[in-house]
Amino acid sequence: MANLDDLYREIILDHYRTPRNRGELPTPPATRVEGFNPLCGDEITLYLELADGRLADIKMTGRGCSISQASASLMGAAVKGKALAEVRAALERFRQLMTVTETRLDEGGEPETPDVRSLGELAALAGVVKFPVRIKCAMLAWTTLAQGLDEAPAD
Amino acid sequence: MTSYSPSRVRADVPQFHREVHGRPLTYLDSASSTLPPRAVIEAMDRYYERHHANVHRGVYLTAEEATADYEGARAAVARFINAPGGAEEVVFTKNTTESFNLLARSWGASRLKPGDVVVVTEMEHHANVVPWFQLRESHGIEVRFVPVGDDYRLDLSHADQLLDGAKLLSVTGMSNVLGTRNDLAALARLAHAHGALLAVDGAQSVAHGSSDVARDGIDFLAFSGHKMLGPTGIGVLWARHSLLEAMPPFLGGGGMIADVRTDGFTPAHGVARFEAGTPPIAEAVGLHAAIRYLEGLGPDAVEAHERELTRDALERLERTFAGRVRVIGPRDVADRGGVLSLDVDGVHPHDVAQVLDQHGVCVRPGHHCAKPLMHRFGLAATARASFGPYSLARDTDALLEGLGHALDLFA
Ligand SMILES: Cc1ncc(COP(=O)(O)O)c(C=O)c1O
Repeated sequence: MANLDDLYREIILDHYRTPRNRGELPTPPATRVEGFNPLCGDEITLYLELADGRLADIKMTGRGCSISQASASLMGAAVKGKALAEVRAALERFRQLMTVTETRLDEGGEPETPDVRSLGELAALAGVVKFPVRIKCAMLAWTTLAQGLDEAPAD
Repeated sequence: MTSYSPSRVRADVPQFHREVHGRPLTYLDSASSTLPPRAVIEAMDRYYERHHANVHRGVYLTAEEATADYEGARAAVARFINAPGGAEEVVFTKNTTESFNLLARSWGASRLKPGDVVVVTEMEHHANVVPWFQLRESHGIEVRFVPVGDDYRLDLSHADQLLDGAKLLSVTGMSNVLGTRNDLAALARLAHAHGALLAVDGAQSVAHGSSDVARDGIDFLAFSGHKMLGPTGIGVLWARHSLLEAMPPFLGGGGMIADVRTDGFTPAHGVARFEAGTPPIAEAVGLHAAIRYLEGLGPDAVEAHERELTRDALERLERTFAGRVRVIGPRDVADRGGVLSLDVDGVHPHDVAQVLDQHGVCVRPGHHCAKPLMHRFGLAATARASFGPYSLARDTDALLEGLGHALDLFA
């Protein structure tokens, strides 16, 4: 049975109350990209500065629920300064973490607990998958990041 | 006098016999979808176990039974809303949304010319906004909005200008966000005085009080089975006979034709023209059972009960949280239904709803498919609690307890 503590881990509440990498970056050189969760009105704006094949800097503004905001803050901390290939790999790992496996028809069986060792602090969000409606909240920053990486001019 | 007892209704609803997170179910999301009583579920089971066959096709016994069940449901709907022309005015659809799409694509697309005006309001559900915008794109009509005042009620002070040249006024009977009930008889008079027809979104109003299209003088009514104790997958568009008669079909296929040749087709007469393909038969049976059940309770008694729950909840929210929980909707319960849209200080509606879930309390976070209204009040979302015929004061107890927890956790 999914428990509230699985969702609102202390790290998540901390990142929600004290979000990291808040603010804006001048565009250009940074790329600005917006994401919306039409279901609940969460919104996020990312500023991505790419240099020498790295995500040299990332800043963000936005508003939304604790999961969307904490996920954005954790994401920023995880990807800032990383090589773009690593950023994309982190994106893919996170996407897998947020994937609901097929459930049984009778009682909605619980999905398996994924291997989260490679995820560091992001593992705190692993519990979200037990609350499938909230997956979109957790994914918002990440899908916005993916869009931004696609849109950013190659340097 | 009926012998309506909310706790007896609760006992009739199987889902109340389960627990969530080890607690009794506190279901406060009836504005989204109501929980069906056993009578509805059993009627559908019985239909599938004994009578199922396609309708209007076979001549064997069960096909006749299924057809009688389906058409019987149509007659029940006509009686329930007091349709002056009877069952021949009742079109079955999938839900309110499809009803509005049918209205826009059939009546609208055939009757409206570029520059014609359709007036909706700022408190409409997207179901009564987007189809008109689509018609604006395809047919060049104009869509105008009646504003909502700071008192959360329609501001009709400029109605004469807004309705000037209008062909249709399309309004909700009751807001699914604010709880505001609109005076349909007065709106019908207003629309007619300007030469416009009145369409009503009855998704909320039909389920929580009596509806009488003849008394109110309205021209179109749309509603959903699943918001009035019935099943999902069935809705209604009622239209005055003279209007329906002139409406062309919307979806084409089997069941809606009188004849098809290699060079074209002739649509069927009557409501069959709008029901292409095999219709939701079991769902019509379920809707029929829901109507019987609601009539047994007495729509006026249900409305009075929900009004009293709302008055009590408004008062206790104010007393318990003193401004930290704001209700987006009218204070005065006189023309108001049991919908409480909550703005909780410093806690996002999604988080409010998630904490409430742990208390077994079901509320709906989000924009409730009413974004123009959300923009009007500068909100991205609210957490909405709403009552049904089975709601009790102890549901409000659980709501208050959960809200206290949410404030402790996040604020
Ligand atoms: C006022 C109103 N109109 C329309 C709808 C749409 O109903 P459905 O989803 O059944 O089409 C709803 C339901 O959310 C509603 O509350």
